[in-house]
Amino acid sequence: MSGTQAVTPTPVQAPKQPVSGVTRTKRKDATGKSPLWVRIVLAVICIVWVVPTFGLAVTSFRNQTDATDSGWWTLFTSPANFTRLTFENYGDLFAQADMDTAFVNTLAITIPATVIPILIAAFAAYAFTFMQFPGRDLLLILIVGLLVVPTQVALVPLLKIFGSLGINGTFPAIWIAHIGFGMPLAVYIIRNYMATLPREVIESAKIDGASHFQTFWKLILPMSTPVLASFAIFQFLWVWNDLLNALIFIGPNNNAPLSIALVSLLGQQGQGWQLLTAGGLFMMLIPILVFLSLQRYFVRGMTAGAVKG
Amino acid sequence: MTIKILNALIAVVGGVVGAIALYWLLNKLAELLPGRWEDRIKPYLFLLPAFAAIGLTLIYPTIQTFVYSFANQQATEFVGFDNYADLLSSSNFQNTLFNTFLWILIVPAGAIAIGLTIATLADRLSPKGEKLSKTLIFLPMAIGAVSAGAIWKFVYASNPPTQDQIGLLNGIVTGFGGEPVNWLQISDFRFNSLLLMVMLLWLQAGFAMVLLSAAIKGVPTETLEAARLDGAGEGSIFFRIVIPQIRTTLITVFITVLIGVLKTFDIVYVMTNGNFNTNIIAVDFFNQLFTNNNAGYAAAIVVMLLIIMIPVLVFQVRQFRAEEAAR
Repeated sequence: MSGTQAVTPTPVQAPKQPVSGVTRTKRKDATGKSPLWVRIVLAVICIVWVVPTFGLAVTSFRNQTDATDSGWWTLFTSPANFTRLTFENYGDLFAQADMDTAFVNTLAITIPATVIPILIAAFAAYAFTFMQFPGRDLLLILIVGLLVVPTQVALVPLLKIFGSLGINGTFPAIWIAHIGFGMPLAVYIIRNYMATLPREVIESAKIDGASHFQTFWKLILPMSTPVLASFAIFQFLWVWNDLLNALIFIGPNNNAPLSIALVSLLGQQGQGWQLLTAGGLFMMLIPILVFLSLQRYFVRGMTAGAVKG
Repeated sequence: MTIKILNALIAVVGGVVGAIALYWLLNKLAELLPGRWEDRIKPYLFLLPAFAAIGLTLIYPTIQTFVYSFANQQATEFVGFDNYADLLSSSNFQNTLFNTFLWILIVPAGAIAIGLTIATLADRLSPKGEKLSKTLIFLPMAIGAVSAGAIWKFVYASNPPTQDQIGLLNGIVTGFGGEPVNWLQISDFRFNSLLLMVMLLWLQAGFAMVLLSAAIKGVPTETLEAARLDGAGEGSIFFRIVIPQIRTTLITVFITVLIGVLKTFDIVYVMTNGNFNTNIIAVDFFNQLFTNNNAGYAAAIVVMLLIIMIPVLVFQVRQFRAEEAAR
């Protein structure tokens, strides 16, 4: 298995610029300061964007009576309420709502469903980008077409296939579903990125006598790290937050992920919204961490495929 | 619990090692073939696993669904076009279709409008301010629709007037002395559907903003300077120079959000389950399948969803070909 070491992510130069990753001078008026109205409008938009989540976060630390009897904002109108804040809801999540099991299930579903498709898609993308063969354009167009097909179309027959294999309600069923559903996007964006790599590098590798297999492992895969990371984040967020496929292929059993656990809390809101808020926040935690720490890869991989000057 | 974690680890390691071994093996097999055949076969071997996954989970099931859509509830007998005729003549389903079209019309356009506004404004801020505001608006992208459901319940919630309000909107309304409103039950002018669309916009506008922002920054500064020297106002620069230059990205974003809209299920499922006249195709599909146990209707519904997608599909393929030709 020579060359596997090439899979370890090569450090990619971290861009210093803001999210976009495009170097360019700022567009400002002569004074170099942005007009006041711009700052005010943006500040208002940002506040509107953040307030709903903030409300959820605040409520998750209020006890049951407070959460169901008064708005979260009353906390700030009578600051004495601050002393009533509690971590109880988070304790109850694990004690009453079995969120710890759901959390482990979500990890067990998400990680394989994110990691496995990457390599498979990278091989296909390599073939599409650097190899000539009859039917290439047709197969590629099939991939592009499948990007548009709503996965709902596939659910019932797939459920029957899994039923005959006896794997409904288990992790492999949902792994296979997510691997297949994510594949067109994976092949598409990885191929788009590979198509921007300098061809000379591949040509010279060929002249040096490297086989396709070696070129893939030692050159193309390391050079494609940004887009692989970008797809990984995309797929991770998608699988972590997925409800529909989880409902269909797993259902509310003891393999159920966080999304299903949270929906059942949403259903029994009478019992207390405070649990729902803690659960909602708990479910967001890891995606937000992943997202914030890997944001620049996400944007770069996306823009490489989608944006042309 | 530990067993589950182990299971997942085994799946990750096994999956990756298995995949590597599979490709290595396929590659070796190809190398056994005589020279020219090796080169001919190898591309297909590299593609095989990806297309096996796609064939199993997408292509075969789609064909099968198409067949089921002409069969009865339990798929035991063919009924011709009955499922389609029943659905299209039912006023409930007509409503569902109408709502779906509203989603298609409003959300992609809305996401682009919001994304463009924020991208253009943030471009004028200091680098720090730009980064912060973009991150805040991009962040909901990481939040799933189910968590978003929990978040927005506390915006739209409504208590009887005798109690304190816990929903933010009603908090504001009653704060100004108004009567609390049951927001998600007002279906006049599809107001409640609009409120649900706001949630999707909240989740997706950041995505549009990030892509559009990158495109706007790609517009050459010299072009803009030249226009300014010629006395063009900021408005006409934006509409006459920036917009045409970022056309490709606008289309990409529009299509991507549109695809997202058509797949939208969780927001409506979680907030109203399609009640109060907010039903959309994806939710109707789920309820026909699991609540009404009617696999025939469910299949016909998703086939119609697929048909709605065909123009997008054709456009997408054309767009792709044009891009390839330009490469």
